[in-house]
Parts: sequence; structure tokens; C-alpha cells
Amino acid sequence: MLRYDSSGKPFIIIRDQDQKERLTGSEARKANILAAMTVANLMKTSIGPLGMDKILVDQDGEVTATNDGATILKNMQVENPIAKLLVELSQGQDDEIGDGTTSVVVLAGALLEESLSLLEKGIHPSKISEGYEKACDIAVKHLLKICDKIEFDKENYGSLVKAAKTSLGSKIVNQYTEKIAKISVEAVLAVADLERKDVRFDLIKLEGKTGGTLGDTELIDGIIIPKNFSHPQMPKQIKNAKIAILTCPFEPPKPKTGHKLDIDSVKKYKELLEIEQNYFKEMTDLVKKSGATLVLCQWGFDDEANHLLLQKKLPAVRWVSGTDIELIAIATGARIVPRFSELTEKKLGKAGMVTEKSLGTTDENMIVIEKCSNTKTVTILVKGGNKMVVEEGKRSIHDALCVTRNLIKDNRIVYGGGAAEISCSVAVNKASKEITGIEQYSIRAFSQALLSVPIALASNSGLNSLEAVSEIQLKQIEKESPFLGIDCISMGTNNMKEQYVFDTLRGKIQEFLLATQMAKMILKIDDIIRPTGQY
Amino acid sequence: MSEAYQPARILNQGSTQEKAEGARLSNFVGAIALSDLISTTLGPKGMDKILQSPSNLLDSTITNDGATILGSIQISNPAAKILIEISKVQDDEIGDGTTSVVVLAGELLKEAEKLIHKRIHPQTIIKGFRLAKNIAIKKLREIAQDHSENEEDLKKYLKKIAMTIFSTKILTPYKSIFADLAVESILRLKGSTNLESIQILKKTGGLLKESYIEEGFVLDKKLGVGQPKRIENAKILVANTSMDYDKIKIFGSRVVVNSSSKLAEIEEEEKKKMLRKCQKIVDHGINVFINRQLIYNLPEQFFTDHGVVSIEHADFAGIERLSLVTGGEIVSTFDHPELVTLGTAKVIEEIMIGEDKLIRFSGCKEPSACTIVLRGSSKQILDEAERSLHDGLAVLSQMVKNPKTVLGAGCTEIIMAQAIEEAAKETSGKIQIAMESFARALTRIPIIIASNAGYDAEQLVSELKTSHYKGNTTFGVDVMEGKVCDVQKLGIIESFLVKQGMLLKASEATEMILRVDHIMSSAPRRRGMN
Repeated sequence: MLRYDSSGKPFIIIRDQDQKERLTGSEARKANILAAMTVANLMKTSIGPLGMDKILVDQDGEVTATNDGATILKNMQVENPIAKLLVELSQGQDDEIGDGTTSVVVLAGALLEESLSLLEKGIHPSKISEGYEKACDIAVKHLLKICDKIEFDKENYGSLVKAAKTSLGSKIVNQYTEKIAKISVEAVLAVADLERKDVRFDLIKLEGKTGGTLGDTELIDGIIIPKNFSHPQMPKQIKNAKIAILTCPFEPPKPKTGHKLDIDSVKKYKELLEIEQNYFKEMTDLVKKSGATLVLCQWGFDDEANHLLLQKKLPAVRWVSGTDIELIAIATGARIVPRFSELTEKKLGKAGMVTEKSLGTTDENMIVIEKCSNTKTVTILVKGGNKMVVEEGKRSIHDALCVTRNLIKDNRIVYGGGAAEISCSVAVNKASKEITGIEQYSIRAFSQALLSVPIALASNSGLNSLEAVSEIQLKQIEKESPFLGIDCISMGTNNMKEQYVFDTLRGKIQEFLLATQMAKMILKIDDIIRPTGQY
Repeated sequence: MSEAYQPARILNQGSTQEKAEGARLSNFVGAIALSDLISTTLGPKGMDKILQSPSNLLDSTITNDGATILGSIQISNPAAKILIEISKVQDDEIGDGTTSVVVLAGELLKEAEKLIHKRIHPQTIIKGFRLAKNIAIKKLREIAQDHSENEEDLKKYLKKIAMTIFSTKILTPYKSIFADLAVESILRLKGSTNLESIQILKKTGGLLKESYIEEGFVLDKKLGVGQPKRIENAKILVANTSMDYDKIKIFGSRVVVNSSSKLAEIEEEEKKKMLRKCQKIVDHGINVFINRQLIYNLPEQFFTDHGVVSIEHADFAGIERLSLVTGGEIVSTFDHPELVTLGTAKVIEEIMIGEDKLIRFSGCKEPSACTIVLRGSSKQILDEAERSLHDGLAVLSQMVKNPKTVLGAGCTEIIMAQAIEEAAKETSGKIQIAMESFARALTRIPIIIASNAGYDAEQLVSELKTSHYKGNTTFGVDVMEGKVCDVQKLGIIESFLVKQGMLLKASEATEMILRVDHIMSSAPRRRGMN
């Protein structure tokens, strides 16, 4: 862009401007909205129990097949800046709630789509934003009004399982929903503190293993590490293990400052040899003295040290990953010890049973640490017929875990199957009539956009989507019941209360807020400057 | 016209997208092409494939093993990759049926493709397939025979299963010999699935049928120079320690001398150190010393002088097996002879197989160990024989744990297919069509086997179906004779686990592929980046 100073000389504001192109005003807005809609449309088909999956092939040709919105967007290698914002949006929902990552993007896309026609009417984008803001407020208030509470405790967690099932229903695991939902809920309950309504997620470990089917997925009361004992002759099973966790290698120390040790006489040579031998002895002696019966080490062992450990009857595992070490330390009450000299009996962790198990015909073993003394720690071992299924299974279970956690934090729910959205849409629409001015239009647009999720849900389920949604709308108004939704799997009733389909209130509110925020943000942009030839 | 109205591109340059019909088509085409490629290897008269490695054109493999073929072909189609993956998992888990699992998945997808043309939603197809799969598995469990009661019986069945497995491989002409070999070595394991203690040794020369089981353990190494060729009542120390030059493992140490006499002194000391170590080893009261690493001349000389036979450079797997077989522990320090468990063997001797000298350990502590010596006229034949034998051993080892069998020769597939068809009649709606398709895909397996053998497959299999309807539920296709006959009498028996694994994995993969309606591929990583 050229500007002229007072003396009429041109000067350039943007560097290399001949290599950049620029879109301004309504054109910029339209380009942005279009990009966001493209992403949203892409995601629409994976909503709901009959939604479809996507295959993503990454740069190295690795295949991921998934239904999880956040995963799809993350692996899509998006270039367009607006599309990138939507990726972030879904990521935000994933981090905060863990579920509803697809719906949030679809809703944001719908809000922008609606704003397109408002823009064409000549309504200023900031007016639209304000209207959306108000409408979102109304919707959230309405959600709080229609929400229901579910009751559960440590023994009776049937209602939690049902919520987890809703989350799992759209994934490939839905053949085994009952079992996997139960596993997920039990895992969360095992580590949950119901009094404080807190769930420590880091105590649940998800471990994948190919072989069997998803139905063979199991919950293990303990920790699994994919490792072997360091010496083939160490015992494969240790009862009442006292565990020493070390983060120093079984090797002579390597000081970090550079140094040289010169040997110039036989005497020195002998001395050095003795020192070396003593290092190994000292290390194993110290471990033995502490009373440990199992050594877990983050680093490697020297052959000699390894043998000394065997001789001292100290089973050991080497190269245990940092996260595993931490988890085991929490579970067994062990302290992570960085130096051999600091090892004492108090710092040992306790576990009732440690076993090495072999699986299948290959030489792959796992070490299972069970009956840990301190905190409950559980592992969900996900099985499946191929690597991709296992990975997708892990993602789905993670979603179910999140839903369960959210319910423990806040046991309020809203009904799924689009029921909550439709009910909010009706409420927002009604409220719009009491507001005069231009905002009325954008509030009405918001109420239209809310229907996008139920419409996608209905069309993925093979229903005549508009007809189905309007029918439910009518029924909801007539009967004033906010739990009527789309009957996706032909159960014969629209009553989501009877179908036990529900979402967490927290998740839904978050979804509305995040989507509205994103739409507002994109509407505010009126200038795009970028290098030419990129699109 | 501004570009604002053009469709927005949101992906990186070079990325590709395929949507809905296109994506489905690409999935079907890829997966079906792959399964067609491999389906010709199915069955006793299936054909082999030559695989040439891209790096070395002279290095080729000739094989009939599904997992090996699929593992070495380069594929970019994502759906085909899923199929390769299930074949690999089947191989890891059960060991055999790696081809049939892919072929079944391919046939299921072919059927699904037809249904999609009829405008049936993929999710409906999945529903039908699931229902059909559950019926098939239920039927399979019903007809499976359990042989855990009678040990003699079990042995007989193990042999039959091994024969069935080997009959589709290069070992066919000698399947009886190899079945005996496999069964015997598996029974020695006594229920453990650790195939590590069965060693397969390949030696070119001779004929396949001259392969045999060597009692005990054979190590493909030579004894030290000038040492006796036969040791009785051996006491063995299995070690993993450096016997070339023994560095002091303290970081940053180096030798600095200012005169050659001092250097000589240190060298002398180094030598002494090694000899002291040798002395310590000898002090264990052993007469055989086996090391994973090299043994230099100096220590070897010392051992010879002290009447200890030394074997150097036994690789890692060899050492682990040896310690397992002889019962000795792998030793790296030698200060406490009283704490070390030594391995034992009645006789250690040098033997000749073909033209190679090998060391045989017999009368070991662990009787479960044995070595199968494979003979054959070329490397390719031996490699293929080893793969086949491994498949057989893997299945048998799982069988010992779960001794259930079903009838082979297409009999089981037909029974399952008919059970599904029966149930489909009572199911209304589009699901019924999907179930029928599943049954048809199952029947395709005997058809492919028969057509690979060069018979009028459709005719044969329809005859087979009729005889099943008439109540002869033990009938199958005899591909040697080309007619329908009683499989029970022929003794073609397969492992229940293989069949179950095949069904479960194939249907899981099919479901996964069917669920996809969109493929997004990133641009391949450019070489040199990262």
C-alpha cells in the first residue's frame, strides 16, 4: 500500500508489499467465514452415534483412523489461519472438558454461517457480536434452568456408566460400550476423591496392546510397564516387593565437568581398578542394605552391576520411563532417589505383587505392579485387533474418563441427542422477541445456529433432518419438556431421559461459550495480509 | 471476482483430501487389491511369491506366508495398511492364518461395496456385520471340540493340526515328518509358550526331509584352538564379560606415560589383570567357559592350559538360550564362585552337520530344550521352511494352552455361514441383507481355496453347501481329489484360536474401514527436512 508524505513522496508501509496480497473489509470477513465453514462442514459427518470416521495420513505415511474431533483437527495439517483458530478451539474444549470437541467446531461454524446473511443485510459485525453475546447468555441461563442432577456413590454408579456410554456411543468401541463404559467409570472412581470432588487423572494409566479385540480391554488394579527384568534369570514374580526407585545409572559416575584422569604408573592403574570394582560393590550393597527387593532404574546398568544384582537376589528393571517412575512412586509411596548413598528403608515403596507377564508368541513382556500400598493407581489395558483400533480405543476411553470426571466435579447434566440445543434454541428465539433493535436479528441467528448440531445429528442418522428437528421443536414447545431429542438409533422414543442419553452441563456450557467467543473473534477481523501464492 | 468467493483451501500445500464416495472408493479399491494379491497363496495348492528387497536385488525371498509378504510390500493406501496391520497382529498373537484374515477382510469389504451401491448406509452394514460375527463366533464355540482331557488324544490332534498347517506350505511333501518334529518339540515345552527354547538351525545341503530334532542344544560356534573336542560331565560357566581387553570403566581415565619402560610396565599389569580374571573364572571349578563377547588369544591360551574349554562370541540369543538350557546363570563378575549357579551338560561335543562343525550340548538340565536342524538345498528353501515351521510351532504352543479344534477344508466356514443365514431369516430390515453378505463372504474362503487348486470352485462349494443342508455337517472340500468328502475322516483339523482370531480381526478391520468417510493425507515429508 502506498501513502504519500506531505511533500508528495511515496513511501511503503508494508515490507515487500509486492509479494503480499491483502483482503480488506467485507471480503476479508467472507473469506474467513468461508474457511471456518469448510472446517465445520468437514466435522459435521462425525457427530452422533452413527457418525463416520476419518482417516488421516501423516507426513510419514502413518495411518490414524478416528472419530475424535480434536484428534482430526490436530492431525489435519491446517494452513489457513482461520482454520488454525478452529483447531485451537477444539483443542481448548478437549483440554478443559475432554468431550464435545466436534460439536464446538460445528457450532462455531454455524454461528459464522448465520452471520454471513446478517452481514449481507448490512449489519455491522460488532452489532452481530453483541447480539451473539447476549444470546449466549440467554442460552447458558436456560441450560442452568433445564439441567438435571444425577445421583451416584461409590457403589451405585449406574448413572455414571450411562453418561460414559453416551460419550462412547459415537466411537468404534460402541460394540462394547457397556463393558468399556463400566471400566472407565470404575477407573475414575478408584482414584476419585468424592468428598473433595477431585479426580487425579495422572493416576490412571492407559496402556495399549495389540491382540484380541476391543472387548478384551481390562482394568488392572496397579501399573503396567512395558519392560523386562534386566537379567533373564531374575525371578518373574515378587511378592510383597519393596521397591527402590533410582534415577542414577548403575555405572561409575560421570561428573559433568570435563576432566581427565591420567595413569602414569602401575600403582595408579591398580588403584583405579580397585576404585572401579568398589563402585559396583558399593552400589549394590547400598541397595541391598536398604532392604529393597526390587530395583527400578531410569537408566541403564553395566553388565557387571547387572550380575551383582542377580547375585544379591535383587530383581531389577532398567530404562523405566520418567512418567512411569513418577506414577510408581506415587502409587507405592516410594521416594525417587537420585543417589545411591541417599537410599534408606523409609524411601522404599511397597507393592503386594510384581509379575512379569508374556503376551502372545512374540518376545514382548510387561511388568505388572499390583496391590500398591499408597494410593490407588489403575491401568486400563486397551486391546484391539490392530494398532489403529487400539489407538482409537485409547482416545475414546480418554473421552469417557473425562466425562466421568466432569460429573464427579459437577453432577448436573443436560439431555443429549440434540435435546439441550433445541430447547435453548427455542428459549433464545422466544427471548429475541422481547428485544428491539438490530440485535434481535443476531439473537435470532444464534437460535438458528444452535440447531446445527441436532440437524447434523439427524442427517447422520439417516433421518430427514430438517423435518425431524422441527418436529422435535414443536413437541418441546407443546409439552414443555426439554428432554426430547433426536432418536438416532431408532429406539422408538424421543425421550432422552428414557434412552439415558446425557451430556454434562459443564461441557455444554463450555461448548456454547467457546463457540461464541470464536465466532466473535473471527467476525472482528477485517484485514488479511499474507504472502502471495499461498492459497 | 475476488477470491473470497472461491472455495477456501485450508490444508497445507501438497496435502490431499478424499471425501465421501471418493474416500470409500479409495478404501475399497486399496483393501480389495491387497486381498486379491494375497488370495492366490491361500490353501494347499496356493502359489508362492518372490519378494525382492529394494536395496539388494540379489536378495530375494520366496514365500507363501501372508505376514511375510504383506510385511515387505510398500503400500501407501491407508485401508490396505490397516489390513497389513491385522495380518501382523495375527502373526504375533497366534502365528498362523495371516493370509486368511486379510482375505476374509477383503471379501467382507467387497460385499460391503455392493451393499453401498444398493444405498445401504455403512452404519447399517456395520450393524449387520456385527450381528453376523457374533452368531458366527457363537457357532464356532459350539462346534469346537475340546481335547484337554486325554493326553494321547491331544498329541494325535496336535499332529493333525500341524499337518493341516504344513500342507499349505513348502513342507507339504514331508508334512508328516515335520508335524512329528513340531509336536515333539512343543510337547517338550510342557505348556509354556516360550518358543525361545526351541532352536531352529538352518544348514544348507541335504534334503528337507533329512531335517531332524537334535536332543539338547546345538550352538553354531567352534571350540577354542587346541582344546578337546568332547567333554563329559561338563560344568559350564555362561558369561557376558569382555575378554578382549578389559577397560576400566571410569570416565575420563587415560594412560599417560613418559617412557617406554613405564608403558611396558602398565601393559604387563594389564595382562596380569586379565590373567587374574581368568584365574578367578577357572576357580569356579568349571571345565567349559562360554562368553558372549570375544575371547582373545591370551585368555584362551590360559584356559587351554588349565583344561577349560572356551567358546567365544556366542551371540545374545545364544547365551540366553544356553543359560536356560543348562540352568546356569549369566555371569559378569567372578568374585564369589560360591554364589554362582553353574550350568551342566552330560556331554559337549563337536559334531558335523553337512560340512560345518557345530557344538552340541546334550543331557542338559532343562530337558525341554531341543534344536530342530533344518536341511535343504538352498537358502530360500531353508528360510521358507523356517517360517512355516515357526507358524506351526506358534499355533501348536497356543493349542497346548487352549486345546480346541475345528474342522478345516472349508467345513467350518460353511457351518458358520449357514448359521448366519438361518439367523438372518428371522431378522427384518436392511440388517438382514448385510448379514447375508457376511455369510457370503465366509463362503468365499473355501471357494478361493478350491479355485486356487484349479477346480470348478463354485460348483464344488455349492455341492458342499447342499451336503451340509442334508445334514452332513462334517463335510468339506478335498482339494487333492477335487470333491466333497468327510473332513473328519480325512483328518483335516484346524486350531479354534486361529479361526476365532481370523473372524474377530477381519470384522474389526472391516468395521474400521467402513466407518470412514473422509481421508486426509498430509504431504509426504520431504527428504532432508528434519
